[in-house]
Amino acid sequence: MKSAVILFPGLNRDRDMLAALEKITGHKPHAIWHGDAELPKVDLVVVPGGFSYGDYLRAGAIAARSPALAEVKKHADAGGLTLGVCNGFQILTEAGLLPGALMRNRDLKFLCKTIHLKAENTTSAFTNQYAEAPVFPCPIAHHDGNYQVDPDGLKELQDNDRIAFRYCDADGNTSQAANPNGSIDNIAGILNKRGNVLGMMPHPENLIEKAHGGIQGRFIFESLVKAVA
Amino acid sequence: MLKNIDIEITKDLIAEHGINDEEYAKILELIGREPTYTELGIFSAMWNEHCSYKSSKIWLKTLPTKGDRVIHGPGENAGVVDIGDGQAVAFKMESHNHPSYIEPYQGAATGVGGILRDVFTMGARPIAAMNALRFGAPEHEKTRHLVSGVVEGIGGYGNSFGVPTVGGEVEFDPRYNGNILVNAFAAGLLDTDKIFLCAAKGVGLPIVYLGAKTGRDGVGGATMASAEFGDDIDEKRPTVQVGDPFTEKCLLEACLELMATGAVIAIQDMGAAGLTCSAVEMGAQGNLGVELNLNDVPTREENMTPYEMMLSESQERMLMVLDPEKEDIAKAVFEKWELDFAIVGKTTDDLRFRCIYDGMEVANLPIKDLGDEAPEYDRPRSEYPAPPALGDIPADIDPAASLMTLIGNANGASRRWVWEQYDTLIQGNSVQIPGGDAGVVRVEGADGKKALAFSVDVTPRYCEANPREGGKQAVAECWRNLSAVGALPLASTDNLNFGNPEKPEIMEQFAQSILGIGDACRALDFPIVSGNVSLYNETNGIGILPTPAIGGVGLMADWSKMMTQSFKNEGDVILLIGKNGTHLGQSAFLRDCLGRIEGDAPKVDLDEEAKNGAFVRGLIDAELLTASHDLSDGGLAVALAEMSIAGNLGATINVSTDLQTLFGEDQARYCITANSANIDSILARASEQNVTIVQLGTVGGDRLMFGDALSLKVTDMRVAHESWFPDYMTAEAAQ
Repeated sequence: MKSAVILFPGLNRDRDMLAALEKITGHKPHAIWHGDAELPKVDLVVVPGGFSYGDYLRAGAIAARSPALAEVKKHADAGGLTLGVCNGFQILTEAGLLPGALMRNRDLKFLCKTIHLKAENTTSAFTNQYAEAPVFPCPIAHHDGNYQVDPDGLKELQDNDRIAFRYCDADGNTSQAANPNGSIDNIAGILNKRGNVLGMMPHPENLIEKAHGGIQGRFIFESLVKAVA
Repeated sequence: MLKNIDIEITKDLIAEHGINDEEYAKILELIGREPTYTELGIFSAMWNEHCSYKSSKIWLKTLPTKGDRVIHGPGENAGVVDIGDGQAVAFKMESHNHPSYIEPYQGAATGVGGILRDVFTMGARPIAAMNALRFGAPEHEKTRHLVSGVVEGIGGYGNSFGVPTVGGEVEFDPRYNGNILVNAFAAGLLDTDKIFLCAAKGVGLPIVYLGAKTGRDGVGGATMASAEFGDDIDEKRPTVQVGDPFTEKCLLEACLELMATGAVIAIQDMGAAGLTCSAVEMGAQGNLGVELNLNDVPTREENMTPYEMMLSESQERMLMVLDPEKEDIAKAVFEKWELDFAIVGKTTDDLRFRCIYDGMEVANLPIKDLGDEAPEYDRPRSEYPAPPALGDIPADIDPAASLMTLIGNANGASRRWVWEQYDTLIQGNSVQIPGGDAGVVRVEGADGKKALAFSVDVTPRYCEANPREGGKQAVAECWRNLSAVGALPLASTDNLNFGNPEKPEIMEQFAQSILGIGDACRALDFPIVSGNVSLYNETNGIGILPTPAIGGVGLMADWSKMMTQSFKNEGDVILLIGKNGTHLGQSAFLRDCLGRIEGDAPKVDLDEEAKNGAFVRGLIDAELLTASHDLSDGGLAVALAEMSIAGNLGATINVSTDLQTLFGEDQARYCITANSANIDSILARASEQNVTIVQLGTVGGDRLMFGDALSLKVTDMRVAHESWFPDYMTAEAAQ
């Protein structure tokens, strides 16, 4: 699988994402500086995490309006696989590639911890390797991960199997107590209508080897490898 | 001849700059005329306590700073230590105490920014951060606000910059009511053949300013850090700088990119006393003069005077000497990262520090004398008072209630509320996050097994009772924490926080603490390679507890052998390395359970420390253990409770349950667990190495039990341990 990672100033999990893609796919991903508008032909485009432009206006707002994002949009509109993680998820919602918005965490604090996720859709291009063990521990690290969408939008997501991941406890219960940031319906990650764009707050790229205490983050990338094979 | 075009130099003005009569006389002698206003500002910036170390230098010189692995000791932006395979670690710790009290978010944030800049100025990519925080009593009216602001500021800067925070300390004591301590540590990874230094080389080369624009923020900040606080404290708010982690992240990437092109000859970050200090150091260290044209300095405010430009402490700025042949390459890098850069001067061969503004010389000073001739004081010291003797301990103490107090009060409770606000995982190399004995980070670019361990420690109440032993203990505890995870301690950095050095008893406290630190660093082969001194931590005459924080770095050949403190398996055998507990003087038990601060600090037997630490590391390397934890505050009982809570497993302990055994804070001790099959081998090694070791009991069940005297449910202990911090902080919202 060929991939490209888009780089904006202020992103800081770009190196984590580049390393994960290389370790799992065996191919060195393209690192595309936002100013170099041309996207190479790849199977997957990733917008990684961090604080693009310091998140000074609103998380992801400035990067979403850059020429580089227009290229990402073209790629996604043509059916190309597109993944946004953390700030990348915020950027994709700001750019209109995904519905809803990421608000400040319920407790108004940055939160970095290991929570549990449940893969609710285990057939998508991003999640087809989670069918056997859909509940797994995964790290989060964000200040603005409180996903919100209007009631119609939520229904649309629920009815069309577009909720990729929800926050849950170790037993898979998607209770309020297991919701770290107040996001609606415990949503941690969503798919677009066509199923080729995934945005998620947790960090699968920090869960790919023994040193991370788990490898369940790999399954996203392995799902993608399978999907493009 | 330089003339004062703007402001007359009066006695009051000189005093306002913190320059005394003797020092002013020295200035007149050095330059042979009255200084200009700008020059007076330059002298005050270079000669204040914060930059010149004038009260502390004489004692700092006694510290061991060399070792087989030390590449650069104190004097550079950060110390650099060899970690093999052509790699090195650069690290330092620095205080931002005064600004953090005035404006906690920005004070703490810029403290983190400053220390990160020190590290990447050397050419290192920051890979780990820690912080040592001290606040006033929890019930003090300002404490919650300060805790909340400082923690958010550290997170706000470090998380955005993208460095994992892997360790730290948080302590509460009424003695910090008027002066909190915010000490920030950072470490970075670099190649031994690509270390960048501040000494300029070559005459007539361009001096380039890079980074954020210069504003009026922080003008006089270093001078503020060199005085006590009075009631006018809130008036000092404008001297606190404002941080911009986004610019700093761009600056990091731009600097590393630029360094890789070979264009950088010398580089220095603008920290305390900004442009003045960085330009003077570049010239003086390189035996060159420096000429700055201040009209070319990028400014963010209008009508800034030369004085303000020279003293501004605006953040995220760098000064570089560039290879003129590579100017275009450099320019492309700056433009890519959209950073301001400007050629603001050049190196000269006349050893003068000259500043030109509107075509006029506003400063012309001998560059070497600004640093070399800075005042140095051997301040008077007085005999240090002995602490009050340890009185009788009542016989009717309930050990179970005492243990619950110790693990569930302000100083013993879990710091999870704090470190969950820090990104502990970014970069994907954190193999042990806060909550354990040391933070551990995997090292990229080697064999994938190498890792570095980090810990920061000091026990201020010991230092107050007995500065010499307290100094030793700070080093020993840090060294022990690194050993407890299995890392070989390599070197350390010190952040020496004290009161007013003009008081003879404080000066004695300072001197004795440093001598103690020196004793321990020598005995444990743990040289001090960088550091920072923060004096005048007093408000209305009340000084802080002496707090010489020690930050240490250790090396692990294989992180997969790393130990953690949690109990792992039912049936594992628990052992104590070191002697049975005896010492209750200055203990957490005495302070927190009886409300008494008495007795001497525990004595630190450095031979015993060295022996026991080597023994533990050997066991870990031989993969004989399942858990390891150092004994510190609260002694054996607290250590076992922490191991139990972390592993969600109980234990049955068969030792006497006198208070000394349970809560004594004797040093050089570790608690370990091992599979019963390995016990004979462990005991044989102990006997060979002449190490005191005793079997305490077995892991298992859901209670921590010391015979009949003490039996606590692990779940109850966890609730007590985890609740204090969030409960305390949410009480803020309820107020």
